This record gives sequence, structure tokens and C-alpha cells, in this order.
Amino acid sequence: MAIRCQFEGSNEIGVFAKLTNAYCLTGIGASANFYSIFEEQLSDTIPVVFTSIAGCRIIGTMVTGNRHGLLVPSTTTDTELQLLRDHLPDKVKVQRIEERLSALGNVVVCNDYVALVHPDIDRETEETIHDVLQVEVFRHTVANNVLVGSYAVLSNQGGIVHPATPTQEQDELSMLLQVPLVAGTVNRGSNALAAGLLVNDWAAFCGMDTTATELNVIESIFKINDAPQSAISTTMRKALIDSMT
Amino acid sequence: KDEKVLLNFVCVIYWCFRPQYYIKMEYIAPVPSAPGIILCCDCGAQIHPNPTNRCIACIRTRNDISEGIPKQGNLYFCRGCERYLDPPASWVVAALESKELLRLCLKKIKGLNKVRLVDAGFAWTEPHSKRVKVKIAVQKEIQAGAVLQQEFIVEFVVVGQMCDDCHRVEAKDYWGAVVQVRQKTDHKRTFYYLEQLMLKHRAHEKTLGIKPAHEGLDFYYTNEQGARQLVDFLMSVVPCRWTHSKKLISHDIHSNSYNYKFTFSVEIVTVCKDSVVCLPSKLAHQLGGIGQICVVHRVTNHIGLIDPSTAQLAEVSSTVFWRTPFNSLCTSKKLTEFVVMDTNAADVKRFSGQGPISKKHQVAEVWVQRASELGSDNVIFCRTHLGHILNPGDSVLGFDLRLSNVNDTNIDKINPDLVPDVILVKKIYADKATRNRRRRWRLKHLGLDDDAHSQNKDYTDFLEDLEEDPQYRTNVNIYRDVTKMASDDCESEAGEIPQVSLEEMLDDLHIGDSPTGGEAAEMMQ
Repeated sequence: MAIRCQFEGSNEIGVFAKLTNAYCLTGIGASANFYSIFEEQLSDTIPVVFTSIAGCRIIGTMVTGNRHGLLVPSTTTDTELQLLRDHLPDKVKVQRIEERLSALGNVVVCNDYVALVHPDIDRETEETIHDVLQVEVFRHTVANNVLVGSYAVLSNQGGIVHPATPTQEQDELSMLLQVPLVAGTVNRGSNALAAGLLVNDWAAFCGMDTTATELNVIESIFKINDAPQSAISTTMRKALIDSMT
Repeated sequence: KDEKVLLNFVCVIYWCFRPQYYIKMEYIAPVPSAPGIILCCDCGAQIHPNPTNRCIACIRTRNDISEGIPKQGNLYFCRGCERYLDPPASWVVAALESKELLRLCLKKIKGLNKVRLVDAGFAWTEPHSKRVKVKIAVQKEIQAGAVLQQEFIVEFVVVGQMCDDCHRVEAKDYWGAVVQVRQKTDHKRTFYYLEQLMLKHRAHEKTLGIKPAHEGLDFYYTNEQGARQLVDFLMSVVPCRWTHSKKLISHDIHSNSYNYKFTFSVEIVTVCKDSVVCLPSKLAHQLGGIGQICVVHRVTNHIGLIDPSTAQLAEVSSTVFWRTPFNSLCTSKKLTEFVVMDTNAADVKRFSGQGPISKKHQVAEVWVQRASELGSDNVIFCRTHLGHILNPGDSVLGFDLRLSNVNDTNIDKINPDLVPDVILVKKIYADKATRNRRRRWRLKHLGLDDDAHSQNKDYTDFLEDLEEDPQYRTNVNIYRDVTKMASDDCESEAGEIPQVSLEEMLDDLHIGDSPTGGEAAEMMQ
């Protein structure tokens, strides 16, 4: 079930946090509301780390990663890097990369198998992504936008792209990424999907303004199903249906 | 060897008839990609993506671009003249469902400047329902890149209101200002002159109407400015003075506006051409020592006096006259006819400091006899300024001082010995009928409803004045009389009678039935 939340009153939670299957990073806010939501949902299974990158709270736009690794920009301080290395599990490799387009969260969208990158990033960065994150890298645009990290959100189950993406491009991307894709919006019609949405294989978080329709789309494409729902179809079924025989 | 030849042969055949493979490279035009389908974020309906990412219905419920525009209005219609009010104060004729009416309706709708008007038209209403429905399509930008278009209907109620002109007709209140021109004399020659002046300068264009009144004329105007313009014109062409007053007709308490009727009263001087006046002694001294008894020989925007005994000229302007007014001892109607018996040139004493002397006149001593007493022994001696035109046997009009009873304070103060017996004023060239026949020109008129012009003695006197005085003619448009052109008996007595030369006459423009025949043919001969 997707959960609505806000970071200090802002609905753009995707810029202040990063969620993968192996860890969750959040920015340091003034109050504990934001990360307590994450802790409540996730801390059983994955570590939730509060940090800053280069002193900024907008870590969602600055880092990119999956369960294999995490890439941080060159502006990250050594202290922050050390903190990340300490708190994240060992199999998550943390690497700092030198890249002109340093807002890695805007420039790269990835899941555990495949990544879409900005068409203009360096060759070295592409190789680093391939090595550290262990993904196949494709350079592509989304609806004529080069900032693929902002306008597409990807998990291992599915993905959402910018609403103006033509059908043909959706098919093309779907074939590249090998996951079903849908065009949709978040935060009451906003085009910047990654800013309003945080997703991994079993949990999803979105901004407070997201409408029920959008939430339905998110839940169906990322296959976020509630455990009680499945309980109805299995254990409770017998009790509900009187035997006719 | 045969095998080799055969092989070669087969190879050659094969090479000639080898299957040809071509790689065709065609240009495949890029297929325009169809936009995907997304769900409306509010209601979940399937829509094509748009900048707001909502379906039209959801956009409409949130944004109403016709919000600031009133959907009802009033149109004011006058039943009398069937015109609509075009604010603030003008009334226009407009048929139902015409573009003038559409323009009026659009002008009345407030708030149209915040949106872009795309289309406007009329929706049908019952003709007598007093409702006018206008269908309007407007566009407005609700979000960056998203423009919404909306159609709605504005209903106008037609309300009856009487327009100002109909009010005036009902109240029989037609004019707003009047100029009352008066001259306290018994003849109308000055008014005929005024009429010609106004025709020439077109000073009468803005009048609503001209009515003759006792001793003068009334000119009616809609507003004060027109009346003021006429008063200024009159002040510049005839010696006169004016006063004005206003009468309150109505008063709007709330807007503090006052509705007045303005009246200008113009009084023209009582002396006119060919009248004999007696100046007060002080004025006579100031005018260069002119004699006190003078003849008025020209009235333009000042009074031109001539002393019959010395042919001295003086000009009295309007302001001087009203400061020291003087009366006429007799008017042109009271002149009696005399016959000249004998003339002698006179030598006149000139003194230093004297005013200007007329070069066109000559002082003469004449012996005259009254025409009624012709043949008797009673001859009267007098000095006159008409010496240049008088010959023995001529008829002259003059003023008989001894036989008339003059009531004037100035003349009573003069030493009776110095008062002349007779003052000759003007010469009679021929009797009226002859002169009327000889006149080859005519004047235009303002079209007043007045007694018959052409037979009027005052009018013929005026025409004779025009003939005699070329300077008087400069302000008057004289037209050729085509009816009199054909008759051609100018042999007898042509030289004596003063005529208006042909060059001075204007050709009248006749837009008649036959432009090439008839009168025009005569003119061309």
C-alpha cells in the first residue's frame, strides 16, 4: 500500500530521500516526522540512514543507486562518505564519481538490472555505473526530456514515465528496460514523477497531494499489494463462504 | 579441353544472367508517434496527456474562466425614436441581431479585458420578449501552457428609457441658447446687410432656427458656444453691444449639474447709413474738430461720419459710440426730395489738427428747391459734400431742418445761427422702377419667412446702396441674374446709373434638370 507523506510541508519527497531494495537514505529535516514514517515501514528489513550530501538535504537528486551499490557526486565530503560506508551493508558498494552533471538522481534512473541515463554523460561515468551498480546502461530520453532521473521512476516490477511520452516510445523503453511501463502523474497532475515518488519492490511513498487515481496507478504498476488483501483471498475465504455442499 | 570450354561458357552465361541483388535503401518517413493515454488524476478517466493532466470535466469544475464576467445586463431602448443607448450619452439605431447591437452588447459586458474573446454571436430569442442573448466564447490561460476555452451566454434585458431628444420634443424645449439681435429703427437695411454677411461668412450654420421678431431677429442654438460664436461674429462686423443672462431650467441635486437656457441680447447702433446725426460737442472736438451735425455715410464695424460742410471724415467705433451715444435726427425714411438749382464749388477753411478730409467728396455750395415747391421762388442755400456728383437739375434727398420738429438735446445746445437749414444726404439717380429693371444681379437669402423681399422699399434701398458703394460690396456675394441677362437694352442712360460690373458678379451654381441645355446654354453665350 502506498503511503502519502510530506517533508516539512513539501510534497516533493523524492528529492529528499532515496529508496532501494537494500537501504533507504533520507535527508535531515527539522522534525522527526519524515523519517519516522520510513523507519516505521522499513527499518525491519532494511537500514534507514539519515545523512546529507555536500551539506545539502536534497539527497534524492544527488545520489543514485540500487541494491548493488550507491554512487555519490564529487561534492560529497569525506565524512559523509565514511558515514555512508559505515551504515550501509557491506555488499552495497559506495563510490564517489567525478561527473560534470553532478545531480546523479536527475541524470540516472535505475533498478537492479538496468539503468537509463542522460544522453550526455561521460563515458567513464557510464562504465562506473555499469561496474558499481551491475546494470546495463542505456542512453535515452524520456518524452524529449534529457533528465531521465526526474521524469521516470523504475523498480524491478515496473515503471512510470512522463505523461506526455508517446506510445511508441513507451513500447521502446519497455523493451529496453524489460519491465511494463505506464505513463502517469503524481502529486495531483505533476509531471515530475521522481520528485513525488519513492518506490522499491514492496513499498511505495508519495507526496500528500497524490490523488486516489494516481495512487491506484502506482500500486498497480509497481505491484504494491497489501498483505491483508491477499489474506482475504486465501485464509479468510473459507470462513466467509459457507459451504454449499 | 571441351569441358573447360563448356565450363567457361557456362560461367560466362552465368555471369551475364546472374541474379541481380540490389539493396534498396528507401526513405522511411518518421511516423508521428501517437501520444499515450493517461488517467485523469482527479477522476481516473482516460485522457490524452495535457499540461494539466486532468480531463476536461475536472478542469471545468475547478477553473471557471467566465467567473468575473456578469451574465446579465441591461440595454436601454427609446420607444419614441427606436434607438439604443450607447453609453454615456449617444443613441444609435440598431436592428435586432445586427452588428451594431452586438457591438453595444459587447461594450456593456465588463471583464472581457481579462480574457481573450474568440467568438460572439446572437442566440435566438422571441422578438417581443425584450431579451437579447449573446453567445460568447472566451479563452484564458489557466496554467503555463494550458489554455482553456469556454462558451457561455449573456442575457440582456431591454429596458425602456426615453432619450434626450425625445424628451425635448415632449417638453417642447428645443433650444438651449438664443441670440436676440435688435436695432431700434424703423427700417431693416442693416438686417439685410447682416443677412448677406452671414451668408458670405457662413456664420449661421449651427443655428437651429431663425425667427423674425419686432425690431430684429432671434437666432436659436442648442448650446451656449454656438451662440457665443455668433455674438463674436456680430461684434466684429457691426457696431453693437451685448449682454447675456441665463435661466435655470432644471437642477440635478445628486450630480450637481444645472441645466440653463442662455440668452444673449445684442443691440445694434440706432444710426445707420444716410441718417443725419448731431454729435455732442465734446465728441466732435475729440474727433478732430468735426462739425456737430454730420451725415452717416457708411456703417461697417464702426460708424463713418462725414461733415457736409467740410467733407471731413470721422470714424466712431462701437465702444466710443456707447460711451457717448448720439441719436439720428432723421432716418432715411424721412428724407424729402429736393431739386438742385445751381452749384458752385466752395473753398473750405482748413485748420491744423483737423481730422481726415475725404478725397472722394467735394464741398459745394448749392441752391436747392423743394421738389414739392418746384417752380416757386423759394430756393434754399446749403453747403454739401456731394459736390462731385451734383449738377443742376438733379434730384437729391435731404433733410429739411427748418420744417421738422427735432427732439435732440445736443442740437438744442448749438447756436441756432450755426444750424443749417437743409442737409443733402444722397442723390437720386433714377426712379426705383428703372433701377430695378436695370439691375442685372441678385442676392441669395437665408430663407426666412418674411414679407415679400423684392418689393420692399428697404430692400431696394439696400440694393441701391450696394450699387453705389463699391466698398460696401466687398462683404457681399453678388450673383448674376440669369433671367435678366437676356434683355439687352443698355444703350440709354447707361452711363449715369451706377452699375455692378460683370467681373464682380459670381456665377451661381445651378444643379438643375438639364445640365447642358436651358440656362447653361444661355450662360455660355
